[in-house]
Amino acid sequence: MWEHFSHQADIGIRGIGNTVEEAFAEGAYALMAVMCSPQKVQPLVQVPITAQVEGLDLLFVEWLNQILYESDIRKMFFPRFEVKISGDTLTASAWGEPMDPQRHEAAVEVKAATYQMLKVYRDEQGRWIAQCVVDV
Amino acid sequence: MDRKLVKRRDEYRWLVERTGRMLVDGLIFASERLIDEMDDMVARQVSNVACLPGIVGYSYAMPDAHWGYGFCIGGVAAFDPDKGGIISAGGVGFDIACGVRTVHTGLKEKDFLPHRERIADALFRNIPAGVGSTGKISLSIPELDEVLVGGAVWAVEQGFGVPEDLRFIESGGRAAGADPSKVSDQAKKRQLEEMGTLGSGNHYLEIQKVAEIYDSQTAKAFGLEVGDIKISIHCGSRGLGHQIGTDYLKKMMLAAREAGIELAERELACAPLRSEVGRSYLGAMRSGINCALANRQILMHLVREVFERELPGAAIRPLYDVSHNTCQEEEHEVAGRRCRLFVHRKGATRAWGPGHPDLPAEYRPVGQPVLIGGTMGTASYILVGTPQAESLSLSSSCHGAGRQISRTAATKQWHGKGIMENLHKRGILIRSRSMRGLAEEAPDAYKDVSEVVEVSDKAGLAAKVAKLVPLVCIKG
Repeated sequence: MWEHFSHQADIGIRGIGNTVEEAFAEGAYALMAVMCSPQKVQPLVQVPITAQVEGLDLLFVEWLNQILYESDIRKMFFPRFEVKISGDTLTASAWGEPMDPQRHEAAVEVKAATYQMLKVYRDEQGRWIAQCVVDV
Repeated sequence: MDRKLVKRRDEYRWLVERTGRMLVDGLIFASERLIDEMDDMVARQVSNVACLPGIVGYSYAMPDAHWGYGFCIGGVAAFDPDKGGIISAGGVGFDIACGVRTVHTGLKEKDFLPHRERIADALFRNIPAGVGSTGKISLSIPELDEVLVGGAVWAVEQGFGVPEDLRFIESGGRAAGADPSKVSDQAKKRQLEEMGTLGSGNHYLEIQKVAEIYDSQTAKAFGLEVGDIKISIHCGSRGLGHQIGTDYLKKMMLAAREAGIELAERELACAPLRSEVGRSYLGAMRSGINCALANRQILMHLVREVFERELPGAAIRPLYDVSHNTCQEEEHEVAGRRCRLFVHRKGATRAWGPGHPDLPAEYRPVGQPVLIGGTMGTASYILVGTPQAESLSLSSSCHGAGRQISRTAATKQWHGKGIMENLHKRGILIRSRSMRGLAEEAPDAYKDVSEVVEVSDKAGLAAKVAKLVPLVCIKG
């Protein structure tokens, strides 16, 4: 599950899952949903992504920024993610296809994931939440 | 903003008084209406910046200030390296040297209007814009390093423009002291195909008509007459700048910790100017400035090619090019002492007053053009730097319209097609690849830039010269 939340100049993204990995993958989908309509993107090509940094919250931002990097240099959108986290290290795969702005309903580039309203935590129902504001 | 957070100093100045760890007072320029509309977070962020080592003068916020990351958007702060001053990647922002270039066309409204549809279509075909767009140039990393050192000078050497263009760009089109070796390979790889691209979001290329002149003498010096057709380009340093911001924010969080600097927000991450990380960022950030200057030069040249082909009577040349996300080394007088300071302007425009040696001879008697972008449905303004802005705000002014409605709310409220049709009825042609992008950029999602410009003028930060209204807008 994912959602966007309002932030004055930009957009907040939130991933929600039963595990921290699921919340990170959903958060990544929420990031893509800022840039395009990910449901219109086919998961045709697999791209490996890794991130390493101390602290789960910082790891979330690092993960999102690595996705932005891969998306920018490959000119690809990704609608599917699989994430594994072990200690400070995240190992993931993203599946997607080359950008087709018309078909994928491209909206806006994201400049970066930020530390604004950044939180990775478990809510009272035991679900994992990963969120931050992205700069567009 | 809760009025308890500020103390009114005069009609347009509001003090955030020094408390706790603040080293200087905060100073917000605003009218009553603007201060009431501002988020409380602006006062908080102004206070946080006032705590950073080596800050000089005030921690300033311009009339268009809004809640940002670490520094507020519209924040200005100067740091003295002799007093342990810092430099902050968050104080510049992710889009290094995002800015505006306004261009003369030599055309009057009556010459242009019969060709408007054709020119709009030709520009839309020739200006790469939108998510994932690539430019017409493909560079290797060593070639890109030349861009990062040369800026717009590099672009002209490559045939994108003429040497005369450079005189009308801040710093002559090239930031000195750029060091591409301090820019990561990741940042460079993002830029190899992105030179000469407009980007998306609030970036645009707009054909405008001069609708009103407020100061005829300055307007004459800038080459502005009612009915003139001008073009404004708003964009920045693209993927390279975004990655430099991302890379150095991380490095500076560690550097701040090592230097014992306590940060109220992570995005205030900074490093002493006289430290390895501080010097590295300066070299990388200046590379980002040059990337943006080269980018806007290439975009202007693409415009020139379109006009040469489509309307041979046109003469495309820059009026001025100024960035509004930078940290610049400048000389200022603070408390009666001349000193070299590093001035962060994040969503704020430098505004040199008359006589400044960096200005081209044509503008030196009147001051620097200050280019304020609007939204696709509203006006843009050209202002001029004032003599008093030096002591008021270290020669800084506002930069444009801030958002008042979030992107998520905007897409619920408006549809791209409807916006396009409404603007068309008002005589504004929109060309965009993204209907959702247009909805997010709905003119009503932004604050009224006119009030911000009025306050900048009345507060003495920069004086109104001309109002420009859009005729054609190319969006990403």
